[in-house]
Amino acid sequence: MASIEMKNIVKQYGDGYPAVNDVSLDIADGEFMILVGPSGCGKSTLLRMIVGLEDITSGDMIIGGKRVNDLAPRDRNLSMVFQNYALYPHMTVYENIAFPLRLSKTPDDEVRRRVTEASDVLELKEHLERKPANLSGGQRQRVAMGRAIVRQAEAFLFDEPLSNLDAKLRGQMRTEISRLQRRLGITTVYVTHDQTEAMTLGDRVCVLRKGKIQQVASPRELYEQPVNLFVAGFIGSPPMNFLPATLEGDSLSTPFGPIRLDERRVAAVRGRDLLMVGIRPEYFEDASLVDEAKMPLGSTFRARVDVTEWLGDSQYAYIPYEAPEAITAQLRDLSRELDAEEIRTQAIVSIDATSRIREGREAEFWLDSRKVHVFDPQTGDNLTRDAEAGARLTQMAEEDRVEQVEHAQNSGQTVSGQGTGGGGGGAHGAHRAGAA
Amino acid sequence: MRYLFRPPGTEGASLLGLPWHQPLEEWDPELLITVPQRGISRHVVRFVASQGRVFALKEISEHLARHEYALLGAFEEEGLPSVSVLGICVDRPQGQDAILVTRYLEYSMSYRYLFSRPSARQSVDQLMDTLAVLLVRLHLAGVFWGDCSLSNTLFRLDAGALAAYLVDAETVERHPSLSRGQRHYDLDLARERVGAELLDLQFGELLPHGVDPIEVADSLPPRYASLWDEVTHEEVFQADEQRYRVAERLQRLNDLGFDVGEVELVTSDEGARLRVQTRVSSPGQHRRELFRLTGLEVQENQARRLLNDLRAYRAYLEQKAGAPVSEAAAGASWLTEVYQPVIDTIPPDLVGRLEPAEVFHEVLEHRWFLSEQAGRDVGTTAAARSYVRNVLPSTPAELTTPSVIVNRS
Repeated sequence: MASIEMKNIVKQYGDGYPAVNDVSLDIADGEFMILVGPSGCGKSTLLRMIVGLEDITSGDMIIGGKRVNDLAPRDRNLSMVFQNYALYPHMTVYENIAFPLRLSKTPDDEVRRRVTEASDVLELKEHLERKPANLSGGQRQRVAMGRAIVRQAEAFLFDEPLSNLDAKLRGQMRTEISRLQRRLGITTVYVTHDQTEAMTLGDRVCVLRKGKIQQVASPRELYEQPVNLFVAGFIGSPPMNFLPATLEGDSLSTPFGPIRLDERRVAAVRGRDLLMVGIRPEYFEDASLVDEAKMPLGSTFRARVDVTEWLGDSQYAYIPYEAPEAITAQLRDLSRELDAEEIRTQAIVSIDATSRIREGREAEFWLDSRKVHVFDPQTGDNLTRDAEAGARLTQMAEEDRVEQVEHAQNSGQTVSGQGTGGGGGGAHGAHRAGAA
Repeated sequence: MRYLFRPPGTEGASLLGLPWHQPLEEWDPELLITVPQRGISRHVVRFVASQGRVFALKEISEHLARHEYALLGAFEEEGLPSVSVLGICVDRPQGQDAILVTRYLEYSMSYRYLFSRPSARQSVDQLMDTLAVLLVRLHLAGVFWGDCSLSNTLFRLDAGALAAYLVDAETVERHPSLSRGQRHYDLDLARERVGAELLDLQFGELLPHGVDPIEVADSLPPRYASLWDEVTHEEVFQADEQRYRVAERLQRLNDLGFDVGEVELVTSDEGARLRVQTRVSSPGQHRRELFRLTGLEVQENQARRLLNDLRAYRAYLEQKAGAPVSEAAAGASWLTEVYQPVIDTIPPDLVGRLEPAEVFHEVLEHRWFLSEQAGRDVGTTAAARSYVRNVLPSTPAELTTPSVIVNRS
């Protein structure tokens, strides 16, 4: 296992277009890092530079303390996990996991040790002597992971591994990958365009846009303390609502009435004519259902509801609002960049499933003003971001990770060879686990 | 449902009546044909016949189907050796995956068959060389395969040699050119997959004794490396060597199965520097020539062989007539007087085991063999009779190409 450090990495293609532009990122030993962003953001290019598939125009790629810029993929000892895989019908599950070791002429007893350990972690022990024909979809994927494990690679790399699976298997595999990563405590880099996948899997998430890092933080920090409009709009589903606002005294004047800001935030936003306020759907509520005690922490407003969407356990109301051209233009650009549908100027607000608010009628809403963020519509910067609060969230996530890895290791669920950093790893190289 | 298919559209139209709304696994067996000796596939694959032609149907996600459809179409236009794609069916009910339809590569063999033949040991070398040629050709064209394996390749006999075709382009990425890392990674994957496939045959007791899966798989990278070097290296030599060195290089590339697109020669006081740009398409000079003269569509080596016979026949005609005979007249006459009679000697039950042009090639080989034994030229007619009686029947029946079976019934 190893850390992965990227220092000022640039990837420039022949036409001069920088697909990756001055990226510096440290991935700790044992960390689960997600690279996420819309298509064209450079996430896959970055992963390919880690693997060695793309030449690095400038900067340093350091794996396990060693500069690997000029190393061939197989000499980096990384494992690309199951982008596609084949199970070989005449071989037992044991041999289907073992074959990468057979091909590198590993001695039999070593093969047995590693396959046994991997199959323990993957809960495939019962199936080792069977032929793969009768394995379930999830078990098949685990065989592919087993191949990656027995190689004892420095890190696992995943490039949109779940994009071609059906929804059910996708959910199942997400859980498997996350569990396995914890048990092995192996450094993992995972590329996805799906923010839900990013939020549920990663210790930290690196959000990329047009080849540049926007923010690297725990999922909670990204969600609660986004650095700019792009991250705020990308993370979260349904997405954050953006309303036009102007500062009047210590309140923001918005289409949903005045929103009071505390002193810190007033100071941060002062001096700009037009602002954009970002409010997540769940910071709203049907005012008739809000606790007396909670009421003063926010503001109320009346609005006509266009559509409601009742989902059993939750409910959404859609409220149209007016916005000046400067704001709508900015929102149009954002939605185009996020490959989202054209954002209409309407807010999506989450209300309790029992709420009787109905479409076409006017209703009273409450919004929690403590958690709103205010953005500069020109630069997109989050003016009210609390960096310290954000750092605390990411620190908490790091503590959780260490604890989970320790727990997994104490309960004897790990593979011994993984912890020693290349010991006996040999030149198994960067391979995808499996064949087609 | 939505169907997308490439011209000629008549083939696509003839398939429209199939039950596309049903999962492939549930199609009535009456609609399907069985194709023996297939490789390993992750997906449901079925075969159908229509108007005497055979098609392979593969169920995959729409995204992959569209990707593969576009790529295979481009490969065909560029002359890269791949299966030919007909079309896709998307938007199937109940959110079913799409179906990709490709034309069955007639007279093709899977590696499973090649390795289970009695002569497998000799063909291992040939097979690995063929795979290396395919990979080099694809890499020159900026194609990162991502899944090069024996299962994803089909082989055809071409005048005794093998020709390899890419069958599965799901994982393919197209780039303007490949980095060294991409080529090596693709090759690593290929080596590993070939090794695993051979180990699998060994476990299934389908691999002849004496073939070592690891040794065979390990032989792929050096074969690839030396071929890549042959095809791409820059040569520097003395100015006075120019003429023969250039000719030598071009001949060598032709021998390796590559055509040269452009030659760049830069001379300076130190000597000459030669750089050749290799065409990525399979060579086709002889194929086109034979087609022009006879209308026969065959593979390149077969065409070379047939053209040689045609030229010898023309010389014979000229000698007999005591006057020049035009190429066109000789071509027409050779087709009806020489080629067709040989093909016609194949008894109906042996038709389809080998491509007709391959049979002709084998008959010429057989004629040489018989003539040597007899100490005189036995002639093509006698050789053909002996061949269909003594040699052709030993070709396994499961090799019979599906379209022939379909047209029989």
